[in-house]
Amino acid sequence: MQTELFINGRVHRLEADARTTLLDALRHHLGLTGTKKGCDHGQCGACTVLVDGRRVNACLTLACMCDGSEITTIEGIGEPGALSPLQSAFIAHDGFQCGYCTPGQICSATAMMDEIAAGWPSHATGDLNAPVTTSAEEIRERMSGNLCRCACYPNIVDAILEVQG
Amino acid sequence: MSMGKPLPHDAAPLHVTGQARYIDDIPTPRGSLHLAFGLSTVAHGDITAMDLSAVRAAEGVVAVIADLDPMPDCSPSVHDEPLLAVGRVHYVGQPLFIVVATSHLAARKAARLGKIEYAELPAILTVDEAMAANTRFEQGPVIWQKGEFNDAPHYVEGQMEVGGQEHFYLEGQVALALPQEGGDMVVHSSTQHPTEIQHKVAHALHVPMNAVRVEVRRMGGGFGGKESQGNALAIACAIAARLTGKPCKMRYDRDDDMMITGKRHDLRIEYRAGFDDDGRITGVEFRHLFRCGWSQDLSLPVADRAMLHADNAYFLPAVRIESHRLRTNTQSATAYRGFGGPQGVIGIERVIDHIAHTLGMDPLEVRRVNFYRAMGHAPNPAPQHPVATTPELTSQAAEGVPHTAPKPDPGTAQTTPYHMPVEDFIGHELCAELTRTSDYRARRKAIAEWNAGSPILKRGIALTPVKFGISFTLTWLNQAGALVHVYQDGSVHLNHGGTEMGQGLFQKVAQVAAGVFGIDTSAVKITATDTGKVPNTSATAASSGSDLNGMAVKAACETLRDRISDHFGGATFANGRVRTADADMSFAEAAARAYQARVSLSATGYYATPKITWDRLRGQGRPFFYFAYGAAVTEVVIDTLTGENRILRTDILHDTGSSLNPALDIGQIEGGYVQGAGWLTTEELVWDDKGRLRTHAPSTYKIPACSDRPRDFRVALWERPNPENSIGRSKAVGEPPFMLGISAFMAISDAIASCGARYPALDAPATPERILKALGHV
Ligand code: FES
Ligand code: FES
Repeated sequence: MQTELFINGRVHRLEADARTTLLDALRHHLGLTGTKKGCDHGQCGACTVLVDGRRVNACLTLACMCDGSEITTIEGIGEPGALSPLQSAFIAHDGFQCGYCTPGQICSATAMMDEIAAGWPSHATGDLNAPVTTSAEEIRERMSGNLCRCACYPNIVDAILEVQG
Repeated sequence: MSMGKPLPHDAAPLHVTGQARYIDDIPTPRGSLHLAFGLSTVAHGDITAMDLSAVRAAEGVVAVIADLDPMPDCSPSVHDEPLLAVGRVHYVGQPLFIVVATSHLAARKAARLGKIEYAELPAILTVDEAMAANTRFEQGPVIWQKGEFNDAPHYVEGQMEVGGQEHFYLEGQVALALPQEGGDMVVHSSTQHPTEIQHKVAHALHVPMNAVRVEVRRMGGGFGGKESQGNALAIACAIAARLTGKPCKMRYDRDDDMMITGKRHDLRIEYRAGFDDDGRITGVEFRHLFRCGWSQDLSLPVADRAMLHADNAYFLPAVRIESHRLRTNTQSATAYRGFGGPQGVIGIERVIDHIAHTLGMDPLEVRRVNFYRAMGHAPNPAPQHPVATTPELTSQAAEGVPHTAPKPDPGTAQTTPYHMPVEDFIGHELCAELTRTSDYRARRKAIAEWNAGSPILKRGIALTPVKFGISFTLTWLNQAGALVHVYQDGSVHLNHGGTEMGQGLFQKVAQVAAGVFGIDTSAVKITATDTGKVPNTSATAASSGSDLNGMAVKAACETLRDRISDHFGGATFANGRVRTADADMSFAEAAARAYQARVSLSATGYYATPKITWDRLRGQGRPFFYFAYGAAVTEVVIDTLTGENRILRTDILHDTGSSLNPALDIGQIEGGYVQGAGWLTTEELVWDDKGRLRTHAPSTYKIPACSDRPRDFRVALWERPNPENSIGRSKAVGEPPFMLGISAFMAISDAIASCGARYPALDAPATPERILKALGHV
């Protein structure tokens, strides 16, 4: 079937089986390989992208569900020479080793900062009536859907804190 | 000089923008084909019928490969791993046939359609079953013994189950084979050991090694899981590419990856130790029962390394280690960060903890009285180089040619169970410093008081050290090569045999090169590891990456620098400038002038680690160039009603020698600790009674997440130069910090111990279930 995807500000027309995941559409059909496949089961976060500003696991999202949606992948967040503040912070804080989880971490953190700004509480939020504050505790909780086997967690949290704090 | 600088990873801007290419991201030529394995569903049995007609008929299927004659072998050791099962299957998940299809999905779907019938045989799944049936590798156990066992005032004895560990490299196994003219093959493989892939593929295709070129730019994590476990994919792709004439790619889906590939060895450790009133060990006996899985793979050197680390940081006057390498109908256990070292270390740490509990002492005091003597001066044994004669030359599992090790002169240093003098021991100072900076004693007291007033939640704290031997135990692997070109514009092209899996090796090695030429690292191009550029490389393993390759690169760069210098009748290289007696020019200009004067600007470098010599059969010699040290203090809290637990605070002091790159080293230390703690707490592999792995996805197999890292995490480097002449006097840092995770396990044990009088005798991993069980019997 035909799907129209707005990815990183550009229109892409996708002709694919209705069961094609957004992840496979990006990687295999559109050649956007920055989004990684770690598990294909929605359990590692390597495939995180933004759909209409919200973070989703692209492996658990069908491409056709995104018809007409605005999608931002890691390629749309910044590029060498024009990095987003978060991307620069990941470099400054050594927020990765092998780098395989990194695109997902950065997409996820980008949306997470908006969630905090919008006042969405998390499991780690103490007072649900007070405005949500950024703390290492909040970030750890909110980023726990993005696994990093190299366990760069301290540096990932530091990088996010630098941008958010 | 750029050595010692905390520079970020070489490809940092590419990583954060998604432009860093892994193998699955390489654009494949039109018409490329995709592979999947059909897998065995029983643990042990004879194949009585295999009907693959539905597989062949499935949409997108181009070919199905089931019988190959001769069947290619994937083993890194004794040729006991046919690519596809021949007649008999040995574990659930063993590849039976290859599907070649037009897409990854089509291949995977078709692979499920095979109709296989088996005559099932009894499966050997546990170490007890394997001991009873005497299914093992090598004729019998390997036994090392040293010293006299005398009667001791006290004894402890016990046993401990220690679980395995899935690597869970975030990038799964993957290979891509591109057929070339004249039957040659280029293979991209996510491997820590390109030479092994080259060797195995050449063997499978019946061509010499020079007809196969293997390239790897980076891996999305390896941790030992890509030392031998990528062989099957690369061979399958090469065979299919040869058959179809098309590029062929194979990538394991995550579940397949976990079902097919080997993991860290699990084992049972049995121990009995005698000690005096101060907790000083007079003698200790260990029995290691390793569950090795269906094929030998790297199990022998892994189990050897466990024996080599059965002493950890402690002098054992009398010691006996009996190591059984048992064959079971499960995935073939393989290399994993530490390569058996962690399994050896946790045994003696358990003994020390048990002794302390028996005497009512602080375990730290028992650790201290048993430490090796501080760094002294002892003459070194003369180096010996065995001759390489076996076919699997570059594998860690290739058996050492027995030779006579010179009798080491112990001098004033104490010796390990394998008679190597420990000359560089810094455990005393390092632990004293960490005890102070972590405020260990006051916190231990405060925790005892807190526990007295807290009926449900209990805290625990532990300090554990690590001493880890650096070098491959197969002596001849301790060599490396490098190839360096300087172009006429002064840019440098760097290649060496090490592979990049996130540890920052490429950056460290580029810093070495830039340091020799006195130029910025940005002028050094780091290129993919390529068997066509540097041959006969060893696996990037045993934490040896920077030690070996850094030295080889240094040698190559020094050759080039000296050639340029000689051309000018002497020159110095610093800050991008080359100064001669009468001129001061840029490095680029110096390169251009040297080129015009017909000076060769390409050089190879080579390094072989000195001093080492090892006789594995007799368990004697100097297997290690040096030791790397470290220690960690972990504080945990457990919930005695649910068994849940949290790491509250971790303090680490780790020995990096003169660090080549402190930022990268701290990352390795933090990551190693978290992975080590994961091994011993949340990461549990469960096989059912049919031998099926039930934890084959991240939904059921829990690696540490962001919320699991210690709440308060303090890491410091112990930066004293390595007494041995290593690259920049640094120390290897890939594996040693992994064992610092043991402090988390011992802290949990300490928390449990506060709930009763008996010793917790906790098994690993300390899941909530195991913690509750231990609480039940203290
Ligand atoms: S690949 Fe989508 S969550 Fe793992
Ligand atoms: S950097 Fe390797 S998985 Fe996160």
